[in-house]
Amino acid sequence: MKTVITSKEQKLDSKFDLRFGRGAYFCIHDSETGKSEFIKNEYADAQGGAGTKTAEKMVELGVGKVISGDFGPKAKSLLNEFKIQMVIFQDDEKTIKEILDMMA
Amino acid sequence: MPRRRRLRRVVSPPGFKGYRPYGLAHRNQGVVELFYEEYESIKLTDYDSMTHLEASEVMGVSRATFARIYAKARQKIALALVESKEIKTVFGHAFFDNDWYQCQDCQTRFTIPEKLKQTACPLCHSTNFKHLNDHL
Repeated sequence: MKTVITSKEQKLDSKFDLRFGRGAYFCIHDSETGKSEFIKNEYADAQGGAGTKTAEKMVELGVGKVISGDFGPKAKSLLNEFKIQMVIFQDDEKTIKEILDMMA
Repeated sequence: MPRRRRLRRVVSPPGFKGYRPYGLAHRNQGVVELFYEEYESIKLTDYDSMTHLEASEVMGVSRATFARIYAKARQKIALALVESKEIKTVFGHAFFDNDWYQCQDCQTRFTIPEKLKQTACPLCHSTNFKHLNDHL
C-alpha cells in the first residue's frame, strides 16, 4: 500500500513537514516494493484551494494513507470520501526515515 | 449471550444537543434520550424522503432493523411531545465515516476508513488507542 508523508525536503533524512496542502515535498513509500520516492508539491504556493488540490493528487496517485500535521476541513472530507486513511502526527523534529522505521 | 449488535452508520450527527419545550403548564417533566441513529432515521426518511430500503443501505443495516430504529425514533418523539419532555441527543450505537481515534502512547490521531482493518496505531503499533467522539 502507498503511504504519503509530507516532508520539508526531498531526502530521507529531511524533517517531517506539518503542512498538508502547502507542504514542501511528499515522500511516497510503497510498502510492497519497500521503495520511497519524493515529489515536489506543485500546489504549495497556490493562491487558494491547496488542500483540495493536494487531496485530489493523493487520489490520483492511488495512495492509501497520508501522514501529516493537520488537514484543512475540505481536504479532510475529500480524503474521507475516497477512504484514504489520515494520520495526524505532531513531532516535526522527526525525519522521514525515522517515521518509516517506526511504521515497519 | 445475545447476538452482537451491528453499529449503525450516521452520516451527520444532529446540529443540536437537545430540544426543550417552553411555556410548560407543569414544571420539568423529564428527559427523552434520542440516539444519533434514531435522529438519522428520521432525517433520511422524513427529511430526505428516502424509502426504508434506501435508507437502510445508507445506514448499513437491514431493512427490518432500519424500520425498528425508525419506529423507536417516532415513539420517542411522540412521547416527548405528548408528555412535554425535553429531548436530548445521545451517542447510541452509531459510527461516523470520519471516526477519529487517538493512540495513547504516541498521541497520533488517525482515521479508520473501512472500520474493520486497523487494530493498532499506524505509527507505533500500540493497541492502546481510544475513539474520540467530540463531534458537537
